[in-house]
Amino acid sequence: MTPSPAVSEDPQRTAEFEARIARGESIEPKDWMPERYRKQLIRMMSQHAHSEVVGMLPEGNWITRAPSLRRKLTLLAKVQDEAGHGLYIYCGTETLGVDRHELVQDLLDGKAKYSSIFNYPTLSWADMGAIGWLVDGAAIVNQTMLAKASYGPYARAMVRICKEENFHKRQGYEIMVTLSAGTPAQRAMAQESLNRFWWPSLMMFGPPDKDSSNSDELMKWGVKKKSNDELRQRFINLTMGQVKAIGLTVPDPDLTYDETTGDWQSGPIDWDEFWRVVKGNGPCNKERLAARNAAHDEGAWVREAALAYADKQAGRGTEAA
Amino acid sequence: MSADERSWPLWEVFTQAKDGAPHEHAGSVHATDAEHALQNARDVYARRNEGISLWVVPSTAITASTPEDMGPFFDPANDKAYRHPQFYTVPRGVKVF
Repeated sequence: MTPSPAVSEDPQRTAEFEARIARGESIEPKDWMPERYRKQLIRMMSQHAHSEVVGMLPEGNWITRAPSLRRKLTLLAKVQDEAGHGLYIYCGTETLGVDRHELVQDLLDGKAKYSSIFNYPTLSWADMGAIGWLVDGAAIVNQTMLAKASYGPYARAMVRICKEENFHKRQGYEIMVTLSAGTPAQRAMAQESLNRFWWPSLMMFGPPDKDSSNSDELMKWGVKKKSNDELRQRFINLTMGQVKAIGLTVPDPDLTYDETTGDWQSGPIDWDEFWRVVKGNGPCNKERLAARNAAHDEGAWVREAALAYADKQAGRGTEAA
Repeated sequence: MSADERSWPLWEVFTQAKDGAPHEHAGSVHATDAEHALQNARDVYARRNEGISLWVVPSTAITASTPEDMGPFFDPANDKAYRHPQFYTVPRGVKVF
């Protein structure tokens, strides 16, 4: 992809484009779109795809140690789904005229961002519960909104993903339900995991609206329909009932219920921590990138063999070596 | 050229949800050849029995109408109301229709 300088765009075409957005029309790959819309979507969608891919790592950590065959089958299926989700979104991003190969390279080189939540470690089995329940739960809130995004290929990928994420959330919650009803040690494990994942889950929705540099533009163009803070509030409201149902507590002494609005008001979020992790200094940033690079390098022979086989079948020989 | 410098070609995937239904576009996959594309399409787009039949087509083989053409290309259909049943009158009280 060649970085385009600030293009001066036809104001009339831009106005027509914005009118289409206002009418709720879906923008398709071959339609005219402002360069900035294209760039913002490539940024947002590729980050989303990278998040799905890196998201396999914290859970992959527990596949060999799942406590039963049922849990192991579930975890394998979930991790495979995350790979599939990455592919759906890369495929959608490619419709904007960028090659997946370049996007993946940016991830491997540490130039691309992905969701910060995956830079936290998975220290206990309960984390498989907390991640499915809270992290996938937060992702569903976000992706349900994105299923109505103005860019057709993105919206369609989200519809497919949301259907699958519901299984992810329920299996995670089931783990938490089971541990909460278990021995005191199991119950403590569930609570400790919730303590660690609660705040990072709230941060998944991104910085507060007043500090979110991309939000206005994304909302103007119908990519996002709700703001970070609105989505975060929705997630807290949805989740609190589930927390209470299994007798756990969230690590927020300032949390209050507002009778008039029906909202759970959280205490202050530590945005310094958020920016620290975004900027590469979370507990596992380096480990995640190293693991991703190692997996990519170790798969090189498979990619080479597949190409060699295709060349041979096509009778083109291997002169391109 | 190393494998990393050469991307696998892109294929468009069409899935048939159930017997008698049409094949619909599901998305795309990268693959080295048609057989590989079918396997990838199965793993990516049919993990939950979403398809009983799959087609994969090289993306470069698809010719599509362009958004710019939308008006002139489709307007022969715009002024032919006589192709629809509502164009015709039927005596009042006749209920066969």
